[in-house]
Amino acid sequence: MILSVRDLKVSFRTHDGPVRAIDGVSFDLEESEILGVVGESGSGKTVSLLAVMGLITDPNATIEGSIRYKGRELVGLSRRELRRLRGNEIAMIFQDPMTALTPVYTIGWQIAEQIRAHRGVSKAKAMARVEQLLAEVNFPNPHEAMSRYPHQLSGGMRQRAVIAMALSCDPALLVADEPTTALDVTVQAGILDLVRKLRAKHKSAVVFITHDMGVVSELADRVMVMYAGRVVERGTRTELFSDPRHPYTRALLGSIPPLTGQKPRRLPAIPGSPPSLLRLPQGCAFGPRCPVRYEPCETGKPGLGSDAHAAACFRVAQA
Amino acid sequence: MTDLDRPILETRSLAKRFSIGTRFSAEGRRTVHAVDNVSLTVRRGETVGLVGESGCGKSTLARCLVRLYDITDGKLLFEGNDITSKSLSELRPLRRRLQMVFQDPSASLNPRRRVGDLVAEPLRIHGKLSSREITARVAKLFELVGLLPDHVMRYPHEFSGGQRQRVGIARAIALNPDLVVLDEPVSALDVSVQAQIVNLLADLQEKLKLTYIFIAHDLSVVRQVSTRIAVMYLGSIVEEGPAEEVFATPAHPYSQALISAVPVVETTPTGARKRIILTGDVPSPLKPPSGCRFHPRCPIAVDRCRSERPELKEHRPGRKVACHFPTLT
Ligand SMILES: Nc1ncnc2c1ncn2[C@@H]1O[C@H](COP(=O)(O)OP(=O)(O)O)[C@@H](O)[C@H]1O
Ligand SMILES: Nc1ncnc2c1ncn2[C@@H]1O[C@H](COP(=O)(O)OP(=O)(O)O)[C@@H](O)[C@H]1O
Ligand code: SF4
Ligand code: SF4
Ligand SMILES: [Mg+2]
Ligand SMILES: [Mg+2]
Repeated sequence: MILSVRDLKVSFRTHDGPVRAIDGVSFDLEESEILGVVGESGSGKTVSLLAVMGLITDPNATIEGSIRYKGRELVGLSRRELRRLRGNEIAMIFQDPMTALTPVYTIGWQIAEQIRAHRGVSKAKAMARVEQLLAEVNFPNPHEAMSRYPHQLSGGMRQRAVIAMALSCDPALLVADEPTTALDVTVQAGILDLVRKLRAKHKSAVVFITHDMGVVSELADRVMVMYAGRVVERGTRTELFSDPRHPYTRALLGSIPPLTGQKPRRLPAIPGSPPSLLRLPQGCAFGPRCPVRYEPCETGKPGLGSDAHAAACFRVAQA
Repeated sequence: MTDLDRPILETRSLAKRFSIGTRFSAEGRRTVHAVDNVSLTVRRGETVGLVGESGCGKSTLARCLVRLYDITDGKLLFEGNDITSKSLSELRPLRRRLQMVFQDPSASLNPRRRVGDLVAEPLRIHGKLSSREITARVAKLFELVGLLPDHVMRYPHEFSGGQRQRVGIARAIALNPDLVVLDEPVSALDVSVQAQIVNLLADLQEKLKLTYIFIAHDLSVVRQVSTRIAVMYLGSIVEEGPAEEVFATPAHPYSQALISAVPVVETTPTGARKRIILTGDVPSPLKPPSGCRFHPRCPIAVDRCRSERPELKEHRPGRKVACHFPTLT
């Protein structure tokens, strides 16, 4: 087991009162497994991942629960210990590649420095490795790319450079937070391929965050659907897409227009919009938008239960 | 030709170039060929979807079509009248009939004004209605776009993204336009809200007999709303045809790659979809490649493609492709 998260809760104190951004998230991740985390903006994808990485720096945040990385409890570790662990074994990619790059140094220099920091190899060796890595992430001309500054590259190429950097430390765990959201589908297809390659070649476990059901269905082995800070459904990719159970998952899948076949005259839409965490409804957070809500949903918060394929919904529990 | 068949909007070899830099900057003055040789006909009541990677010139073309940009070359015709170089005052009567909706509604909505005021603004500027008539019209518009009557007193920030886009749409249709250009109108919205807006646009089109030009980077959304598709690459249209046909059997290698790259939800992955992965990025419109502009990335390019630029040829009625070797079925 690479990662095991139990009952993770993250709250923030804000002007408008306390906000529970993450409310009891649990998941496991095995070696060379890709976990897709899907949800709309504000559903808590980023905050839960930042919490797992120990990267929430907001002094108004409270984090509870347990996060075990290769069996070792991370909650309570010092910032320094966490940083050492992250740098060596955990790589991260974000939507904006510039989060991981510095504008003032060349791509080659930045990746080489990272390799030297972790491996203590000579500069020449590091540079040779950088060229290999850039080739691996499909830079058409890796040698030339090494001397480029980030601003001289397109968004897609920058993201590839960040992935090359991630690959350089042979990570046991890769965390990717919407790394393709700002990219064209043509470029995205290449990046998704790289993530698959990384898993195949380095046996890295991957947590891949996205709001795109299509991306999840193409990439993930297992899927976690989030809504308003909770996991509303989890299962294998096949379970989730061939037998979606939670009304939210079903509605979301139903509202995506098809790319082939008959066009529906109207799309089955979900009414309303995702709730504000400051004004969460009593009972089920999806209740006000749910087509099948009934009395129990008004007051109780449905739990996820312990099944491998599970949905946090009273209707599903009853069925 | 009946009135219904007459094109509402037509471009002939339209081009838009931007000059960047000065003769004192390192690279001197340079020309961005943002839109190049676009001949497009838009008929009343249809929705033409523009697709292509970012930087392909979709927004620039859209802005040329409503004359928010001056046109560098070629012609723009509205109901058969040449409006390519009409002055702003000559354009004023037309403005009402050509409207535009943008991706980020908040950017075009003054945060200090109530949304009722914001929707009334175009009506006031137009100056043909009394204030009582304006109030009535605003109420009607709110109803049309699915906002509640008491929403008029709210401020934009009190609204969700989807509601703000409804306000943006209400403003655009306030003066009863004929043609609305929608540039990424659902791209900033939550997935669960996109379908509402897509449906709203379809309803309004039917009720108000609108013609749309629709841009989105989500190809399945474009297919859903469009009757016709124009695929753009480096400022030019490389393929055009009925939406479902282009998606089912794309004829241009670029369209094929673009459509094959869309991740789709498959309940049981069959692996049947063949993906064409393009290498490299869209080249810079500062120095477009010779011959076929797609040749540096085209998986089937041959020598001829490097020297001879393929024309956008109509292979059968309504089906155009700009490629020496189109896949026609
Ligand atoms: N520092 C913070 N203070 C207060 N609220 C926060 C903070 N960071 C995130 N949140 C809230 O937590 C919720 C989840 O955010 P996030 O994890 O970024 O969502 P997602 O990544 O799914 O779009 C949001 O409602 C957001 O406003
Ligand atoms: N005002 C401008 N000045 C200079 N170049 C521009 C300007 N607007 C757009 N461009 C360039 O024109 C090309 C087409 O851009 P755009 O129409 O925005 O494409 P799209 O909407 O398809 O992403 C791009 O290379 C872009 O950088
Ligand atoms: S618990 Fe009730 S409101 Fe919530 S998703 Fe299930 S049926 Fe709908
Ligand atoms: S003309 Fe040649 S390079 Fe251009 S798309 Fe066709 S085959 Fe490819
Ligand atoms: Mg996020
Ligand atoms: Mg654009």
